[in-house]
Amino acid sequence: MAVRPIAPDVLTTGSPPRLIGGRHRASGRMVFPLPQDRESYERVELPSRGSLWSYTVQRFAPKSPPYRGAQPFQPFALGYVELPGALIVESRLTEVEFDELRLGLSLELTATVLRHDEDGTAVLTYAFRPLRDARA
Amino acid sequence: MTDVFIVGIGIHPFGRTDSRSGLQQGEYAARAALADTNLQWSDMQFAYGGSDAAGKADTLVTQLGLTTLPFVNVLNGCATGGAALFGAYNAVRSGDFDLGIAIGFDKHPRGAFDPKPADWGLPDWYGESGLMLTTQFFATKLRRYMDLHNITPITLARVAEKAYHNGSLAPHAWRRTPVSIDAILGAPMLNDPLTKLMFCSPAEGAVALIVASEKKARQLGGPAIRIKAISLRTRPQGSFEVFAPYLDLERGGSATTVASRAAFEAAGLGPEDIDVVQLQDTESGAEVMHMAENGFCRDGDQEKWLAEGRTRLDGALPINTDGGCLACGEPIGASGLRQVHENVVQLRGTGGARQVARKVRNAYSHVYGAPGVSAVVILQC
Repeated sequence: MAVRPIAPDVLTTGSPPRLIGGRHRASGRMVFPLPQDRESYERVELPSRGSLWSYTVQRFAPKSPPYRGAQPFQPFALGYVELPGALIVESRLTEVEFDELRLGLSLELTATVLRHDEDGTAVLTYAFRPLRDARA
Repeated sequence: MTDVFIVGIGIHPFGRTDSRSGLQQGEYAARAALADTNLQWSDMQFAYGGSDAAGKADTLVTQLGLTTLPFVNVLNGCATGGAALFGAYNAVRSGDFDLGIAIGFDKHPRGAFDPKPADWGLPDWYGESGLMLTTQFFATKLRRYMDLHNITPITLARVAEKAYHNGSLAPHAWRRTPVSIDAILGAPMLNDPLTKLMFCSPAEGAVALIVASEKKARQLGGPAIRIKAISLRTRPQGSFEVFAPYLDLERGGSATTVASRAAFEAAGLGPEDIDVVQLQDTESGAEVMHMAENGFCRDGDQEKWLAEGRTRLDGALPINTDGGCLACGEPIGASGLRQVHENVVQLRGTGGARQVARKVRNAYSHVYGAPGVSAVVILQC
């Protein structure tokens, strides 16, 4: 099955995937996503593990456009994940029950299918899921 | 520099008025403010006006009169009204003018606000993946705050219940029927922990305020409310705003905290001196967090304050006495001026059924909006 990332330069295709951010060359400040301006920003891969900083559940279907998720709409969790030494990134949360969500929950990055294109190509976006070995 | 006074107020009812365009509602509010002061449009030396989505404010001269006055349009999202008053205040304070008007109006269709990623400097994938919703920002900012400061959902419901109660007593409010705490908690969950009845809605409405120098206010002879301080600020580094794909690890304050401090400093007053408050309440949690961000309580005190009814009309510090955005809806361009209008009403003592129980000398209003802009106005009588 063909797959493609939702856009170039958002996440790497390795296992585990990594988010692609930018480091401001002058100030050292980290940003996400990587800005177009590569003279000012250096490409960096962000840490793949972090902890849940805040969260909510998207209970209703966002407006389309701009939303282009799988149909029919299923509620999904999202939040902000603190990546140590880097930044706090906004992300979908996956493979977790809504009532399991807690501040500080240990998470790892994964790729998840947002939708399928008309030709069947799976469109991948990023999400964080509970860090399995940390829970064992 | 002269002190600046609000000498006239006018409001077009908030909510939905199918028979009038946004501009017509602005005209209605302007005429109401002129009538309140026994003045004519030709007396106005300048105007500041704005709407986010209902047309160009300066075209109001077609209806109000071609007097050739300078009319400055402002556009600052949810702080548009605050920015209009900020401009009007400075025009008088500088001594260049001694009488003018600030007008804010808007008309948003049901379910308005569908932002395009490119307009916000964001890539298309951000919107495609379902992360570009203002309600998510409110919910995630609130979730963390509630967990860190032990705020529970009933406090959110109490804020909304108070809003609908106060709205039922305000003739210009949109939602004029009280709603029970159980109904608010039991409404459909939109973005946890916020239910549908904890959010305000896009709406319509207009407000106009006439400002004057001290000398002019004295000449006019009517009730004059002093603008003790007005501040308009944009966000500092490390703030948490709507549509943020990432946040800095090092957390900072907010546009609100900066605007609030600046206003208190300019007024020579502190939160303890304030008798009535209007806060940005896009949703229940915003009012809760803004109570602390504006310095009226410590983080976490809100749980007790709401349980004790301290922010109700008969409480020690009434907040959002006309029901705020929750009961009035949020016509972006008018919302900040509605708060100031409400404080003038409370300071004049003409609030009728919603007049607060305590004596009012200093009144505070705070508006906040995307992408991180806040305006605070402190009034005194």
